[in-house]
Amino acid sequence: MQVTLKIFRFNPEVDKKWHYETYTLDAPETDRILDLLEKVKGHVDGTLSFRRSCAHGVCGSDALRINGRNQLACKTLVRDTGAKITVEPLLGLKVIKDLIVDMKPFFDNYKTVLPYFINDSPLPADGKERLQTIEQRARFDETTKCVLCAACTTSCPSFWGSETYLGPAAFVTAHRFIFDSRDEAASERLHILSETNGVARCHTVYNCTMACPREIQITKAIGEIKLAMITGKLD
Amino acid sequence: MNAHQFDVIVVGAGGAGLMAGLYASRTAKTAVISKLYPTRSHTGAAQGGISAALGNLEEDRIEWHTYDSIKGSDYLGDQDAIQFMCEEAPQAILELEHMGLPFDRTPEGRISQRFFGGHTNNETGKPVRRACHAADRTGHMILQTLYQQCLKNKVNFFDEYQAIDLLIENGRAVGVVAIELATGELHTFHAKAVIFATGGHGRIFEVTSNAYAYTGDGAAMLLRKGLPLEDMEFFQFHPTGIYKLGILITEGVRGDGGVLINGKGERFMPKYAPTVKDLASRDVVSRAIYTEIREGRGINGSNYVYLDVRPETVNRIAELDGRTNPDGSKYTVTGEQILQKLPDIIDFCRVYLGVDPVTQMMPIQPTAHYTMGGIPTNKYGEVVIDDKQTPFPGLYAAGECACVSVHGGNRLGTNSLLDLVVFGKHAGLRAAEYANGVEFESLPKQPEAAARSQFDALRHATGKENVYDISTEMKKIMFDLVGIYRTEKDMLVAIEKVRELKQRYANVKVTDTGKIFNTELINAWELGNMLELAEVIAVSALNRKESRGGHSREDYPNRDDKEWMKHTLVVKQADELKISYKPVTVTKYQPKVRVY
Repeated sequence: MQVTLKIFRFNPEVDKKWHYETYTLDAPETDRILDLLEKVKGHVDGTLSFRRSCAHGVCGSDALRINGRNQLACKTLVRDTGAKITVEPLLGLKVIKDLIVDMKPFFDNYKTVLPYFINDSPLPADGKERLQTIEQRARFDETTKCVLCAACTTSCPSFWGSETYLGPAAFVTAHRFIFDSRDEAASERLHILSETNGVARCHTVYNCTMACPREIQITKAIGEIKLAMITGKLD
Repeated sequence: MNAHQFDVIVVGAGGAGLMAGLYASRTAKTAVISKLYPTRSHTGAAQGGISAALGNLEEDRIEWHTYDSIKGSDYLGDQDAIQFMCEEAPQAILELEHMGLPFDRTPEGRISQRFFGGHTNNETGKPVRRACHAADRTGHMILQTLYQQCLKNKVNFFDEYQAIDLLIENGRAVGVVAIELATGELHTFHAKAVIFATGGHGRIFEVTSNAYAYTGDGAAMLLRKGLPLEDMEFFQFHPTGIYKLGILITEGVRGDGGVLINGKGERFMPKYAPTVKDLASRDVVSRAIYTEIREGRGINGSNYVYLDVRPETVNRIAELDGRTNPDGSKYTVTGEQILQKLPDIIDFCRVYLGVDPVTQMMPIQPTAHYTMGGIPTNKYGEVVIDDKQTPFPGLYAAGECACVSVHGGNRLGTNSLLDLVVFGKHAGLRAAEYANGVEFESLPKQPEAAARSQFDALRHATGKENVYDISTEMKKIMFDLVGIYRTEKDMLVAIEKVRELKQRYANVKVTDTGKIFNTELINAWELGNMLELAEVIAVSALNRKESRGGHSREDYPNRDDKEWMKHTLVVKQADELKISYKPVTVTKYQPKVRVY
C-alpha cells in the first residue's frame, strides 16, 4: 500500500527551527515503522537521524511519538497505524537532531532511585542462592520487564512540567527492587520516592500504562508504592 | 583536548563488557565505552537461559555439561577451555543471583532450570534440565543486573561513543580512539590494557536475529591492525527465527515441549535425531529444516515450517515420548502456563505475525544468529596471535567477539550467556592484574591521525554508491551462498561478488556532512567492517574442505578429523588474506560420530 510518512526534522547544524517533511512510500502493511524510517534514510535522505538497535522491541532504543502516541518504531506496524503516519521525537526531552532526544535527564532520574540490588547480609552458609518462593518471585515479575525506552515517562504530563520529576520509568525500577523479598533497601527507596519529585506528583493519568510497549501495569505499580508508603507494608 | 587516561578500557557494554568492567574496576581505574546505551546491548535479546550443572531439578554433572559442549562443538572446541567454563558455571550463576538477578524459582525456592537443545544426561542420553531462566528474557535480566551493579560500583561509562581504532605502540595495546556520537568529536583513550567486548556480526546475513548494532566492529578493527581472526567460517544459524523477519524464537519453546511440523503435518525431527528429537543441537535442527524445505515439505511447498507449542500438541507429544515432571508425574501444560513461560515469544508472534502461539502454529525458518569464530583468546581472555598461543600484550577480548574457543563448530544454546559471564569476568580480572603491574606505554604520535583520515574521507565521500544498496546485496549474497549449506561453486561466486562490493564501497556516498549524530557516517563505517568480515568468512569457509558443526559443505559432506581437526587463523597482510592453522586442544574426549 502507499503510505504518507510525515517526519519531524531538525538539524541543529543547519536549521534555526524544526519543520516537518512528508515522504510517500510503498510499504506492505507488515512493515514496521522502523522499516519505513530505514527506507527513507537509505534511499531518500541519508541525513535522517534516529536511534535503533534490536528492531524487535527488547532494547528500547526507538521509542517515538507515532501518530501522537508513544510507541516503539520497531513494534508498530503499518497495519496498526494506517496509511497516514506522523513520526515525532519523544516529548519532554530536548531534541538533539531529528528524532534523537537527550536521554540524560531520563537516566539521571533512573539513577536516583538506587536502581540496583542491595543486600548486605551474609550469603547463605552453603554459598548457594538466596531462597525465594515462586510467589515472592511473582510479586515483582511485572516490573522486571522494563527496557528503559522512556515511552512512559515522556507521556506523563508531570514530567512535561519538570524533567526533575522522577517519572514512571524510575518508579517501575524502584518497584522491581522494593517488592523483591531478597532486597533490603525498600525503606530507603520509599523515602526517596516520598520526596518532592517522587510519586506524590503522579496524578494517575494512566498515560504511562497506555504507552508501555512491554504492557507493564505502571499506574498499578505506582499505586502499590504509594500504598506501601502509607501502610509501611510490602505484601 | 578530548584525551582520557584509564588503567583499563573496555569497549562494548553488553554482558561481557559489563562483567569485565565490573571486575576490572575493583582494582584498576576502568572505563567502559559503548556505541549504545549499555541497556540497549544485544545481550538483552537472549531469551531462554544460561546453563550450569546445578542439578536443582534432577541429577546433573559438570562433566556432562563439558562433554555435551564438546560434542555440540563437533570436537572443534578447545577442551581445556570448555571444561574451565563448565566448572566455573555453577559459581557464575550463583554470583548473578547474589547480584539480584531474578531467576525463576523451583517449588523449593531454588533457581529453576529448563531443557535446552544438546544438553543431556550422559547416562540415559535424555535431555536434562540445565538452563537457568528468567521467563524468556534471561539475557534482558542479565544485562539489566550487570548494568545496575556497575552503577552501584561507580564504573565509568562513556555512552554512545563508537570506538573506531585500536592504538598500538611498541607491540602493546595502549588505547583506543572513539567518536562521540552526540558531537562527532574524536576522543583518545590512553590505557594500560584494552578489552574488546564488541559482540558479533550477524547483520552480514539477510535473515538474522541480530541487532542493527551487530556489525563486527571489534573483529574488523583488529583485522585491519594485522591481528588474526579464528574459525570465522563457523556461524550459527538458529533453527527457529520468525519467518522472513528472523526474530528469534527461543529453543526454550522446544524445551518446554514444542515440536517442529512440516508441510505434510508431520513431526520430522525424530528422523534426524532419534533420541533427543526436537532438542538436537542447532546445526542439526537447522539442516533438518532446510532438508525438509528442499525436498518439498515446507508449508505449502514454501521455505518455512511450523513450530507448534499449542497445549494439545505439547501434551500429546509428551504422552507419546513418555515425558515426566521431576517428581515422576506426567508432563502436561495449559495455555496459561505457556503464556507464563514464554510471554515475550507470544508477544512477538502476536505483534509481527498476528499469530497466537497458544492456539496457532508459528511459521519459522533458520536465522543467522551467532558468531562462533572471532578474536582468538585463551581462557583468561588474553588475545593470542599465533599457533603457540602467544598473547598480545595489553589486549583482551571476551563474549561473542572472542573465540576462546568454547563453541568450536557449533554453540549449544545457553552457552553464549555463560561464555560472556565467565570470560568477561576473567578478562576483567586479568586485564586489571596486568595493568597494575606495568607503567603506561606512550601513545603513538598523533594517535587520532589514522582514524581521522579514515573518517574524514568517508564524511566527505562524494562517490555515487549507496550504502544501503551495497549492504542489501552483501546480506543476500552471504545468506544465499555462504549460509547453512555451502559449495565451492557458490562460495567462489560469493567471494568475487563481495570483492566487487568492496570496490564499490570505495566509491560510496555519504550525504550527511555534519558532526552531530551523523548516523549515516557511522552506518557507512559499519558497512566497511561487515564487508571485511564477509570476505574473511567466505574465504575461510571455502578453504575448509569438510563439514563440521555449522559449516556444511555439500561437496565435502563428512567431518574429516585427520585433516581438519584444527582452527583456522586468518590475517590480512598487504590487503591479502593469509590462512594458517592452530591445533585443537584435546584433553580426554576423542572425536566420535555425532548422533543425537
